[in-house]
Amino acid sequence: MDMILSSLPSLVSGAWLTVQLVVLSLALGLVLSVGVALARLSANILFRGPASVFIFLLRSTPLLVQIFLIFYGAGQFVAVRESFLWPVLREPYWCAIIALTLNNAAYTGEILRGGIQSVPFGQIEAARALGMRRLLMFRRIMLPQAFRQILPAYGNEMIQMVQATSLASTITLMELTGAARAIASRSFQPVEMFVIAGLFYLAMNFAIAQAVRWGEKRLAHGG
Amino acid sequence: MLDLLSYGATGWGDEMVQGAGMTLLVAVLAYLIGLGAGCLTAAAKLSGPLPLRWLAATYTTVVRGVPALLVIWLLFYGGSGLIGWMALLFGYGGRVELSAFAVGVASVGLVSGAYAAEVIRGAVHAVPKGQLEAARALGMHRLLILRRILAPQALRYALPGLGNVWQMTLKDTTLVSVVSLAELMRQAYVASGSTRQPFFFYLAAALIYLVITTLSETGFRALSRRADRGVRRAAA
Repeated sequence: MDMILSSLPSLVSGAWLTVQLVVLSLALGLVLSVGVALARLSANILFRGPASVFIFLLRSTPLLVQIFLIFYGAGQFVAVRESFLWPVLREPYWCAIIALTLNNAAYTGEILRGGIQSVPFGQIEAARALGMRRLLMFRRIMLPQAFRQILPAYGNEMIQMVQATSLASTITLMELTGAARAIASRSFQPVEMFVIAGLFYLAMNFAIAQAVRWGEKRLAHGG
Repeated sequence: MLDLLSYGATGWGDEMVQGAGMTLLVAVLAYLIGLGAGCLTAAAKLSGPLPLRWLAATYTTVVRGVPALLVIWLLFYGGSGLIGWMALLFGYGGRVELSAFAVGVASVGLVSGAYAAEVIRGAVHAVPKGQLEAARALGMHRLLILRRILAPQALRYALPGLGNVWQMTLKDTTLVSVVSLAELMRQAYVASGSTRQPFFFYLAAALIYLVITTLSETGFRALSRRADRGVRRAAA
C-alpha cells in the first residue's frame, strides 16, 4: 500500500503529460484535418492527389514506425541537424506531438470528408442562391453540419488518440504508461502500477465519452 | 545504400525478412485468438447468464479503453505470476516463465478479441429477427440455427469490421518490440543501431507494413465481395 501511495505522484505527473499530448495533438490534428479533408474533396488533382497519398501512407503504416521515423530517422541527416528545425526535432516531446498530429489528421480527415459529403446538396444550393461566397458557405453551412454528423466517430477517434499517446513512452517520454512501467520495473508490485494506470486511462475515456454526449445533445437539430 | 538490405552476414535483408515473418506469425496467431475470444465474448454478451454477461462487458470495456502497450506490459510483468498461480491450482509448483513470444501473442490477441467481440455482436444483431423466428418455426435446434442461419449471415455483416480488426492487430504487433521479440520493428531497431541508418531501416519497415496492409485490404475486399454474391443491390 505504501508503495502504491508513494508512486502516485509520478503516475499523476505521467497522466498530466498524457493529457498534454492528447490535447495538443488533437487540437493541431483537427486544424490540419480540415485542410486534408478539403484537399481530398477538391476537384483539383494538385490538391486531391497529395491529400490521398498522405491519408493512404499514414493510415497504412503503424504509428510506432511513424514515431521512430521522425524521432530517430530525421536526426540521421546533417541537413536536418543543421536546420532551424533541429531544436524541435531533437525533443522527443515535439516528435511525439508531430507524429500523433499527422496520424490523427489522416484519420480525422477521412472522417471529416464523410461528414462534409453527407451535407445535403440542397443546403449548398440554398447558400449559393443567397449569394454566399465559398468560404462563408463553408464556415457557416458545411462545417457545422459536418461536425454534428461526425461527432460520434470523432469521439472514438479521440479515445483512440488517448491510447496512442502511450507510444510516446517508446521515445523516452514518461507519460502515463512510461511512468507506470518505470515504477513497475523497480518494484515488487508491477501489476498494481499498470492497474492504476489503466484506471487513469478509463477515467479519461469516460470524460471524453461524457463530453461527446453533451456535445451531441447541444448540436442536435433545433438545439 | 541498398546493399544494406543484402542477405548474409553483411546485410540486413535476411533479418528484416525474418522479422516480417515473425510479425505475420504473431499477427495471425493473435487474430485467431481474437476471433475465438470475440465469438465467445459476443455469445456471452448476447445470451449468457448475467454473471457471464457482466464479465464480457467488463472485458470489452476495459481492454478497449486502455492502450495495447499497457496490456503488453501488464502481461510481461504479471503474466508469469498468473500462469504460475494457475499451475499451482493444478498441483505444479515450479517457476513458470513466459517468453516474449507468448506475451506478445497473448496480449495482442486479448486486445484483438475485445474489438472482434463488438464487431461480431453488431453483426449478429444485424441478422433480421424473422430469419431466426422462421428457423425456430421449422423446428431447428439452437446449434443448427447457429450453423445454417445465424453464422453465415452474420459473417457477411461482420467481414468489413473484422477486416479493420485485422489491420489493427497487425499494427499492434509493432508494440511487442518493447519486450524485445525479434519482429519487424525490433529488427529495424537493431539494424538502425548497428548501421546508424535509422531513416533507411524504418522506411524499409514502413514499406513492408504498407505492403502487408494493402494486400490484406485487397484480400478482405475480395472476401466481402464473395460473401455479398447473391445479395441484391438497389444500385448495381
